[in-house]
Amino acid sequence: MTVATIHPIDHLMRADRLPHILCAGCGIGTVIHSYVHAINESGIDPDRHVCVSGIGCSGRAAGYVNVDSYHTTHGRALPFALGIAVHNPELTVTVISGDGDLIAIGGNHFIHAARRNVNLNVICINNFNYGMTGGQVGPTTPVGARGTTAPRGAVEQPFNLPHLAKAAGASFVARWTVLHVRQFTDAVLRSMEKKGFCFTEVLSPCPTSFGRRNDLGEGIEEVEMYRQRCRIDNGAGELEQLGIDIVDPSQPITVGNFVDIEREVFLG
Amino acid sequence: MDLGRARVPQGEVHVIVERCKECNFCIKYCPAQVLEYSTQTNDKGYHYPVMVADKADGCVYCKFCDLICPELAIYTTPVDGDADAG
Ligand code: SF4
Ligand code: SF4
Ligand code: SF4
Repeated sequence: MTVATIHPIDHLMRADRLPHILCAGCGIGTVIHSYVHAINESGIDPDRHVCVSGIGCSGRAAGYVNVDSYHTTHGRALPFALGIAVHNPELTVTVISGDGDLIAIGGNHFIHAARRNVNLNVICINNFNYGMTGGQVGPTTPVGARGTTAPRGAVEQPFNLPHLAKAAGASFVARWTVLHVRQFTDAVLRSMEKKGFCFTEVLSPCPTSFGRRNDLGEGIEEVEMYRQRCRIDNGAGELEQLGIDIVDPSQPITVGNFVDIEREVFLG
Repeated sequence: MDLGRARVPQGEVHVIVERCKECNFCIKYCPAQVLEYSTQTNDKGYHYPVMVADKADGCVYCKFCDLICPELAIYTTPVDGDADAG
């Protein structure tokens, strides 16, 4: 073993800002790392990649990658990115943001961007809560999971994101976890190659705000839960059946590349 | 293919000590189980990964530790002129 000072992928990171602010055991760093690997492997000039983020811990992604990047306002990553993608279809525009940002206040933008089949790659980092602001429940919090605003457990039906994306019209739909890092990176690469609205949900531990309140332990223990409970089902037909139950350990969590279709691209 | 010359690839592990936050992802999921925590800590007080003493040649250069690390704190390179399999 040798002690090193730089990483081979550092040229695609704003490495002078590392270590990043994300908590120990948080999976968002793995997602950012996978994204820059996908940029590297895409063969597309980094100058033609654009990264757009919304707010929250996941919204920090844009600040750490060394491509043109924008940290936008709450829920507005998608319309901001749509403007870029439509203005210059030669760019490969990737949105990296959280479940709260993309699907709660940004929910309407999400369904309309998918409906129009805008040429965007959307990575939704799902950690089931608003991590940065202290663990409020959000649009993906599973029934029974606890948050600061639901100390006895969430009662609202959460969104099943792959089902939502497919129903709204996305051309590519996938779900992976940060442990499935190779498959996740391949899904991001496929999104970069493909024209149209591509959506990948990636389940990521948030030990600080979600894990602690739900007896999930450290980040590694939440990742281990995914290792034990995830079932890969590429092309799974019944997306409406693939909601996520965190509370019942007997329930599998289905991951895979679910949808890959061709459809006319919006102003592409 | 010359089976007599086929062999398991070997990697060398590189750690950027000050970036590590001791998340355990690399150690737990290394398929060859060649990593363990250091007895020393970095400046922030985290134990970083080191090679298990009697497995110093055991890295199979799968790169999983590199890909999964949230901190970009570990990577591997091929030894003995192994081609970079990507
Ligand atoms: S609060 Fe949660 S999501 Fe935010 S950096 Fe910490 S672990 Fe990650
Ligand atoms: S490259 Fe693979 S075998 Fe080598 S230390 Fe990393 S995870 Fe273990
Ligand atoms: S995965 Fe990275 S941050 Fe986590 S223990 Fe290993 S080197 Fe440290």
